[in-house]
Amino acid sequence: MAKPTVLVLRAPGTNCDLETAHAFEMAGGQTERIHVNQLLDDGDVLQRFQILCLPGGFSYGDDVAAGKVLGAKIQHHLFEQLREFHADGKLLLGICNGFQVLLKCGLLFADPTAAAPATLTWNDHGRYEARWVTLQTESDRCVFLRDVKEMYLPVAHAEGKFVTRDAETMEQLESNGQLALRYVVPVRGQVARSESSKRVVTSSTRTAETLFPVAEKGNSADSGSDPENWIPFPFNPNGSQEAVAGLCDPTGRAFGLMPHPERFVQPTQHPRWTRDGLQPVGDGLRIFQNAVEYFA
Amino acid sequence: MNNASAEVAPLADSNKKSSSESIVWQVEITPRAGLADRIGDKVHSEVRDAYGPANLRIAGARGFLVQSSESLSEVTRAVEHILVDSIVEQYRILDADGAVRESFSALGGSPSAVRGSPDPAQSTIVHVLLKPGVTDPEADSAREALQEFGLAVDAVRTFRKYWIQPLSPEEVRISFQKFLANDSIEQVIAGPLVLRSIDIGSDYEFQLQIVPLLSADAAQLQLINERGQLSLSAAEMATIQQHFRELGRDPTDAELETIAQTWSEHCSHKTLAGAIDYRDENGVRAFDNMLKETIFAATKSIREQLAERDWCVSVFRDNSGVVKFDDQLNVAFKVETHNRPSALEPYGGANTGVGGVIRDILGTGMGAKPICSTDVFCFAPPDLRSEDLPANVLHPRRIMKGVVAGVRDYGNRMGIPTVNGAICFDRRYVGNPLVFCGSVGILPTDKSFKQTKPNDLIVALGGRTGRDGIHGATFSSAELHEHSEMTSGGAVQIGNAITEKMLHDVLLQARDEGLFNAVTDCGAGGFSSAVGEMGEEIGAEVWLEKVPLKYRGLSYTEIWISEAQERMVLAVSPDQWPRLKTLSESEGVEVTVIGQFKPTGRLTLTYDTNQVADLAMDFLHGGRPKVRRAAAYNPPAIATIDPSDLESVDSNQALLDILGSFNVASKHWVIRQYDHEVQGCSVIKPLVGADCDGPGDAAVLRPRFDSWRGLVIACGLNPHYGDLDPYHMAASAIDEAIRNCVAVGADPARIAILDNFCWGRTDRPETLGSLVRAALACHDLAIEMKTPFISGKDSLHNEFKFKDAMGRQQSISIPGTLLISAIGQVDDVRRCVTMDFKRPGSSIFLLGETGAHLGGSHLGLVLGLHGGQAPTVDGSLARQTFAQLHRAIQSSLIRSCHDLSEGGLAVALAEMAFAGDCGAIVDIADLSLADAETPLNCLDIVRLFSESNSRFLVEVEAARESEFVGAMQGISLVRLGQVTDSGTLVVRNGKRVLINSSVEQLKRAWQSPLDWS
Repeated sequence: MAKPTVLVLRAPGTNCDLETAHAFEMAGGQTERIHVNQLLDDGDVLQRFQILCLPGGFSYGDDVAAGKVLGAKIQHHLFEQLREFHADGKLLLGICNGFQVLLKCGLLFADPTAAAPATLTWNDHGRYEARWVTLQTESDRCVFLRDVKEMYLPVAHAEGKFVTRDAETMEQLESNGQLALRYVVPVRGQVARSESSKRVVTSSTRTAETLFPVAEKGNSADSGSDPENWIPFPFNPNGSQEAVAGLCDPTGRAFGLMPHPERFVQPTQHPRWTRDGLQPVGDGLRIFQNAVEYFA
Repeated sequence: MNNASAEVAPLADSNKKSSSESIVWQVEITPRAGLADRIGDKVHSEVRDAYGPANLRIAGARGFLVQSSESLSEVTRAVEHILVDSIVEQYRILDADGAVRESFSALGGSPSAVRGSPDPAQSTIVHVLLKPGVTDPEADSAREALQEFGLAVDAVRTFRKYWIQPLSPEEVRISFQKFLANDSIEQVIAGPLVLRSIDIGSDYEFQLQIVPLLSADAAQLQLINERGQLSLSAAEMATIQQHFRELGRDPTDAELETIAQTWSEHCSHKTLAGAIDYRDENGVRAFDNMLKETIFAATKSIREQLAERDWCVSVFRDNSGVVKFDDQLNVAFKVETHNRPSALEPYGGANTGVGGVIRDILGTGMGAKPICSTDVFCFAPPDLRSEDLPANVLHPRRIMKGVVAGVRDYGNRMGIPTVNGAICFDRRYVGNPLVFCGSVGILPTDKSFKQTKPNDLIVALGGRTGRDGIHGATFSSAELHEHSEMTSGGAVQIGNAITEKMLHDVLLQARDEGLFNAVTDCGAGGFSSAVGEMGEEIGAEVWLEKVPLKYRGLSYTEIWISEAQERMVLAVSPDQWPRLKTLSESEGVEVTVIGQFKPTGRLTLTYDTNQVADLAMDFLHGGRPKVRRAAAYNPPAIATIDPSDLESVDSNQALLDILGSFNVASKHWVIRQYDHEVQGCSVIKPLVGADCDGPGDAAVLRPRFDSWRGLVIACGLNPHYGDLDPYHMAASAIDEAIRNCVAVGADPARIAILDNFCWGRTDRPETLGSLVRAALACHDLAIEMKTPFISGKDSLHNEFKFKDAMGRQQSISIPGTLLISAIGQVDDVRRCVTMDFKRPGSSIFLLGETGAHLGGSHLGLVLGLHGGQAPTVDGSLARQTFAQLHRAIQSSLIRSCHDLSEGGLAVALAEMAFAGDCGAIVDIADLSLADAETPLNCLDIVRLFSESNSRFLVEVEAARESEFVGAMQGISLVRLGQVTDSGTLVVRNGKRVLINSSVEQLKRAWQSPLDWS
């Protein structure tokens, strides 16, 4: 059977395209790295592919806001092609900067033409942060997260704090099963079983105004008054509302996440392999395998 | 700070072409009510750092000046869609006279809604704009995005706006401006902004500049030298004058500039690669070329010994040093300094330092792919009291924050992981911070050499040319003084990492398609150095009017010597050109033919039809007068440390103090701002251990996914030993860099090193003497350890002149500072080890000999001791130790391994314990000092904190102890104790308890000093 075809999109400032292509190859995909200018010249190029991946990096320098400039280009020149691509039952994946782009051009929402209901903005502590985090799948909707309960992956970003326009939006996304991936607190290797539903109730009544640190930086008062439901820094590395690390669209076929699954596909990429030994493959590989196997 | 109209005048331009009704809209964007104000908070924290006004209230806004002839409603629509994130931001649009015309806020908030912010009515309003011509990448992107959206835009610039209470405009001007802006790149405008146009530059009218050299006497020559910021010596000026007398004409400004750039210290290393008469206690030695006869010579003899097993590929010739990695790939390594620009503008200086060394790698052979960066800094202590700060010097804490941000933003945007580094603090770096930027690249073995061919086209690839960094090369060869901002503001550059990433992407594709014959980067001296160097053997003709410019108005000389970033020069044969052009344009990278390497042996410059320079290549590269310099080293009288000063010292407290000293303390605040895992090659990360927060000895990468072969990167630096003897400082730095590599598993027979000398004014014989003494150590140790130097760089004249409170002229010289950077290799990364203790019950061994080496030690620094013996190195013993340790690691005998360096045995033990979240019980009774006759040898504290070289602590599984001991035959080895699960570190000498501290407490002491918010 022919290998599923993957387009890894390059743009000025994209810098995770090689390792992302490698991850898809490991998973059995047939990948091509293509520059966005080529797509802008001829949108039909898309038709050759089954999976479109927007990898990490700093598209257009993240000037104005992360992912904003590429997001605007896609909205104005490629939007219809991408919606068709998606409507044909194909898959869209955005990693880190790619997530920021997908979110800012509306492709993850039921009505992509409406003003964006959510955004990714500056980390609570106002800095770029590189560290490993524990993640838990919170929805069975997302194609990319099938049979994935928990992952340990690195984040590396300055603008990864997930914020919705208002509480209703958060509830909507939650009930659609779009809040696919969350940061959680690891307990001796296991994931803390925090009752996420309760966490949502307590904090989804809060709105953007109260959801930001108002006193000193890193103040975590902003996701739920009930402290035991709050996932503190560094486990929630950016202060995302509801500790959201990844969001899928209502169909589950478009998915964006801040962590970098392509940076943990090889055993030696784990930060503690010299202590815990080498596992056969990295946690992140599953995401790429799910995408490829979807077409198998 | 003047009033708007006056200050902004340079921006405006009467004869600009955009249509008359085009308006400069001021878009002011603030966080929505209740959200953090990053721009205001940044100033707050800098005020705190510098102990400024405490009752300050300040709010900030980011802003865009959008010059457009479209209607306000069109502009508003575009602004709302492109520039503002309405979920978290609100905005106002002001017209050219500063009157509010539009505003959006979900809460109807004004900036005053921001926490702790002043009442706008009561505040001083301040605008901060980049000076005309300073690179403004965000404005370029915003302009592109607005145009994509369909808005007709003439120009865009970014700005910041502040509302400040309780300071008056006058107070802001006098005492506060430095917190808001950096004079070298920004202008501050009080009150409302009134802007008619932000289009900059005006048409250039050609006028040939002739410099009256022939008639000049000595005094006039010096005047020409200073006025032109040529930084040439009197002898050099005279030589140039003689040359043109023979030609019977005066030079043009371009000719004089070209010679100055080519002969600059920065480009020609005339001091260290020159003739030096050296004298020390062992006698006199005359060098014709000091570097060649010390460091290069060592590499030469090592390669001769290795004969057919020689693994060096290209040393001391290309833009970086190149060695063999495997059958398909070579590895390139280079470390540069960017000290002076970083002193004036820390962010831009470090930013372009990283960009520059990355281009060195891209410009190596036919282009290497950068795979990681290493960055080492020297600063004054971040807690320096502001009253101890010389006039017009930035506070070290502000310099450190700016430098770290500059490295972060360039490296992260390029997608090159920053995997290794070090920070050294000493008050003597106060006016002269050191910023070392290093880059490692891989390139195919068959692409490792370049050859410009006669009649190749000279092609400029990448960024456009502006007035950036004019005189950078000559500036970095001169001393800094308190008025440097005024004289050399032009030397400060701001980088645009994305332009360089695009250049990187195109260059590597062009390399693989074989679309050029040679490449080099445009660094110091700009085109003048790059073209002059590539055409040295052939000759070159450059058509300066063809060079793409950022804005109008540059003279032919400015075009020629501009140090605008992100540019490379290629030698392209005419048949390669069409495809190169197509490839570059397909990725939006500008590529232009600007001349041709004509086989004339001359460098000829034209502007349109006018010839503006015509120089013989052999004079340019061979005409510089040779000077013999005097160098002397007189060993200082060094006090011995009095044992009675140490008897009363509590070892437990000393350990906590050293862990908590800035030099030793955790640098996680810096490391976590760097992306150290992009590209996915990371195997051993900078922070290791149970909680990923222990200090790794070296970084390990796996450059290709289809092989387990790895690269190891580490460094060694300790200027404090140099105060006692530069020879031992250099030897120790080499030993430290190598042992760091070996500690994680690198093969000691495959380690290559780089030298970076940063020194004071070497026109003083004693200063040059201390440098030569260090170079002699480099020669000796490299040969003893069979470790070749493959590249190096020097930065001299690192002295800062200022007038003190009494008005007296003062000068601060940095301590002679040698950075040794090492690149090692490992056959299989899966055999690497880290420094964190792994399992309770394992045995702990000390490997290597301990002597009474407290001179320049960190115990000495925290106790304020002077004198003492600096650590020495026995090269052959070190080599044997490294070899046997490597074999033990290869045969998996070792669970963890940590080198002993700052703080010696006690600090290494503590670090291994808290990194591994384990305790340890250790008895040093069996640890005897090598040099038994010293009066210090009986002291426990000496054994605990001596910084003797070539030592390691290793953790060995109890069951394999005898096997390990067998493997260490011939190396001094002491079993000290074992790893425990007690959570405490206990160190005894027999019954005497010396250290008894919880691992938590040790870790807190180590993490807190630089745990900045």
